[in-house]
Amino acid sequence: MTTHHTSEGPSGPAPRRIGPARLGIYAFLLISALFFLLPLYVMLVTSVKPMAEIREGGLFALPSAVTFEPWIRAWSSACTGLDCRGISPGFWISVKILIPSVIASILIGAITGYALSFWRARGANLLFAALLLGAFLPYQVFIYPLVRIYSATGLFSTIYALVLTHVIFGLPVMTLLFRNYYAGIPIDLFKAARVDGGKFFSIFFRLMLPMSIPMLVVAVILQVTGIWNDFIMGLTFGGLANRPMTVQLTNLVAPTEGEIAYNVNMAATIMTAAVPLIIYFISGRWFVRGIAAGAVKG
Amino acid sequence: MSSVSLRNLKISFGAVNVLETLNLEVAEGEFIVLLGPSGCGKSTLLNAIAGLLDLTEGQVFIGGRNVTWAEPSERGIGMVFQSYALYPRLTVEGNLSFGLKMSGMPKAEIARRVADAARILQIEPLMKRQPAQLSGGQRQRVAIGRALVRNASVLLFDEPLSNLDAKLRTELRVEIKRLHKALGSTMIFVTHDQVEALTLADRIAVMHKGVIRQLASPKEIYQRPVDRFVASFVGSPQMNFLSGRIVRRDEALAFRLDGGGEIGLNGYDFTHPVSDGQVATLGIRPEQAQLQPSPQHTESLEPTFTIDEPMGPDTLLWGTLGGETFSLRTTSDHTPNLGTAMPIYVNPAQVSLFDAAGERL
Amino acid sequence: MKQRPIRWSVYVGLMPAILIVVFAYLGTMIWTVGISFTDSRMLPAARFAGVNQYIRLFATDRWLTSIQNMVMFGVLMIGISLVLGFLLAVAIDQRVRAEGVLRTVILYPYAMSFIVTGLVWQWILNPTLGIEKTVRGWGFESFRFDWIVGQDTAIYCVVLAGVWHAAGLVMAIMLAGLRGIDPDLWKASRIDGIKPWRFYLHIVIPVLRPSFISATVLLSLGVVKLYDLVLVLTGGGPGFSSDVPAKFVMDYLFQRQNIGLATAAATTLLVTVLCVLTPWLYAEYFRRQTPKG
Ligand SMILES: Nc1ncnc2c1ncn2[C@@H]1O[C@H](COP(=O)(O)OP(=O)(O)OP(=O)(O)O)[C@@H](O)[C@H]1O
Ligand SMILES: [Mg+2]
Repeated sequence: MTTHHTSEGPSGPAPRRIGPARLGIYAFLLISALFFLLPLYVMLVTSVKPMAEIREGGLFALPSAVTFEPWIRAWSSACTGLDCRGISPGFWISVKILIPSVIASILIGAITGYALSFWRARGANLLFAALLLGAFLPYQVFIYPLVRIYSATGLFSTIYALVLTHVIFGLPVMTLLFRNYYAGIPIDLFKAARVDGGKFFSIFFRLMLPMSIPMLVVAVILQVTGIWNDFIMGLTFGGLANRPMTVQLTNLVAPTEGEIAYNVNMAATIMTAAVPLIIYFISGRWFVRGIAAGAVKG
Repeated sequence: MSSVSLRNLKISFGAVNVLETLNLEVAEGEFIVLLGPSGCGKSTLLNAIAGLLDLTEGQVFIGGRNVTWAEPSERGIGMVFQSYALYPRLTVEGNLSFGLKMSGMPKAEIARRVADAARILQIEPLMKRQPAQLSGGQRQRVAIGRALVRNASVLLFDEPLSNLDAKLRTELRVEIKRLHKALGSTMIFVTHDQVEALTLADRIAVMHKGVIRQLASPKEIYQRPVDRFVASFVGSPQMNFLSGRIVRRDEALAFRLDGGGEIGLNGYDFTHPVSDGQVATLGIRPEQAQLQPSPQHTESLEPTFTIDEPMGPDTLLWGTLGGETFSLRTTSDHTPNLGTAMPIYVNPAQVSLFDAAGERL
Repeated sequence: MKQRPIRWSVYVGLMPAILIVVFAYLGTMIWTVGISFTDSRMLPAARFAGVNQYIRLFATDRWLTSIQNMVMFGVLMIGISLVLGFLLAVAIDQRVRAEGVLRTVILYPYAMSFIVTGLVWQWILNPTLGIEKTVRGWGFESFRFDWIVGQDTAIYCVVLAGVWHAAGLVMAIMLAGLRGIDPDLWKASRIDGIKPWRFYLHIVIPVLRPSFISATVLLSLGVVKLYDLVLVLTGGGPGFSSDVPAKFVMDYLFQRQNIGLATAAATTLLVTVLCVLTPWLYAEYFRRQTPKG
């Protein structure tokens, strides 16, 4: 081939001009990021400041002397009324509520989703419609009768009441999640399993459940976050004996006589937020997937 | 109608060089086809001409103007994409006029251009529909229309037909050829379909791993491929490759097959000097061999055919020659005996020879 | 065709769902609606009272305020979150640096509970502790930012915290939508010389309609259920100026012990949601099952 010579004039990549538009985008993103980070920053910073510093400098100043004493107090000795055990009892109650609730709600949701997508049960559409509506209805409609039912059956203010409640109100989203997921699995696979003599439960446990690992992960993220963050159920059904961490937190930070220990309060708040935050940071894109899956899309 | 000229183009994504010092001169009104396997850099090259990605090095000229740093819309080009890329939720008319409207062209002029394009492409009855309500072929016509209304002097096509079924593909192919005749605009057309390339192009640029291996007329590409890659990529079924050596026989050159057999090379147009005993590959296209000798088809080989495939106008015979696959296309109705060795005849002026590195000899 | 035998195991599998729907949803709903037509106060009474409770409810200032607040919160929070979330998604989609970090930072509030959200913002917005105090500390002695203690402004603080919590969700949904747009469309628009903002306005936003709808639905869910956030952020105050229906119901159920009024309020909420929801749900899930023709 003939050789060519690059001639005069522009050559190679166009010079990158950092235009005002680009600067604007970065400025917008930076300001937004600061807005979103501000509360986390305030909590972290305040929780390691001595009270004297907070009194003087307010919430936003960096601490000049870092102390972890507020954290220790928040965990184990801060007082709610006369009870001075910190927020740790609430943490353990939340864990006790969380584990069975997550397992039960996911399992029931998965079975329901599986039955609805593969087995043509009579009235399945009606059931699904009712579940969907259930996802949207305000809790206030259900709460009073549930309190009465739990009281009558002696479940009130037990862990069971809370677990049951989380199963009840978690069912719509869990069902939806798994129904949509199973809708993407070729029906031929299911038919083959039927031909091989699979029954309702054996197909579910041997074939479908192992295939649903990705959805199970999503469901766990969704439910752990949701149940941990629950307040209204814990407040209503937990009674005095089984107040989850969120409820304990509101009691702990409620103003009492004397100076409010903001540093202790913020430490307790961070601790309450820690579980979902850790889940969020670990799960990354899965969290987004969970949102998308829970976004009630058909 | 503008010429396009690429000078020392180099494009890399990070450490990966996708195009290596590439030069290409496209004449005014020429129809150039970029042909090559998937991932060889055809789309990258087209996008570079369109200004849709940054060059790492080099220059692009369109109509003699250096447009290396110009915006895509300032280059006087129109482009048609494989995925159609029609603006969703706009009608066909909206799709055709959107760009013009946004550039502030007078309404009457827009209407005239849109009507012209619609007439040329026969999409007038579709003007009020949305892309979702169109068939693949109709969508691609609209996409071509959107390129036409820009009155671009250079039209770029990135595999515009590959999402269509076989019948539509043939139809639209003829349509594009007609369009080129009618408009006379310069066209650069990317495909990995050799039939499209051979039927449409004034010249074909066969690409491989970011390099243009051969730039020539379809006939030249087909008959005198410059290397084994081009030879094997163009033509279906593939050219037969037989390994052997160049030997000197009675003062003339001959090719001796490793698997037995020999043909004289009288009339073969060597592009390189060769030496006695040089390792080489003989390439014979299936229709370059025939079952009967003729004044030109003087040299013979003896493959054994085992399968025949009647294809309508002709028949393909499949077999082996010295352990290597060999196919032959014949128009004669008379089917030879399968399973026994039989003579076939070739014209040494038609065959191709490649050296050990795959370059044409 | 032969009728397939009924598979009891299917109904065993569906039993929990059926029980929950029948008892926990329908049963309790009917119960609640039933009470709202009696003259129950502290304890449920069986005397039928017609729509008396509803008449009383709509004569209660606090209820009217709370409805007003819910609408105001809903419109502002959803509107601002959609706009902010969309703009953030667009900005992030411009091949910016540190995209992963930005996405993480913008979305993390959604992982936090309303309790935590409310508490933090309550501290930040508290005039004697947060922003106002800090800015005054810089020497601007007359600086005022006391929305949270103002009768007319407290609800805007709830909106602010709500947006902080939800904008990331919108961003994530929109970003997924943007990433799903055919890259060739961008190329085509550049060749057509369409300015980016016009492309977003005329092409992208219509394409993202489904994303906008699902984000709106998700956010509306939060609007109706809005309770914890208000409780810790403003306590519904000052007075009941930032009260919301869910909190109204809870207060009348458990503190003011006026079950009749509370259930009437809950029923009103229910009917409102159903009116908005049923057409949407029907369109989204059941109409689509018929093949398109
Ligand atoms: N943005 C990018 N970043 C990194 N690598 C890229 C990018 N775009 C393309 N490539 C690489 O460049 C090479 C050429 O890509 P190109 O799209 O030009 O191929 P092509 O010849 O058009 O193939 P096809 O026929 O499949 O469309 C490929 O190996 C591809 O992986
Ligand atoms: Mg390509």
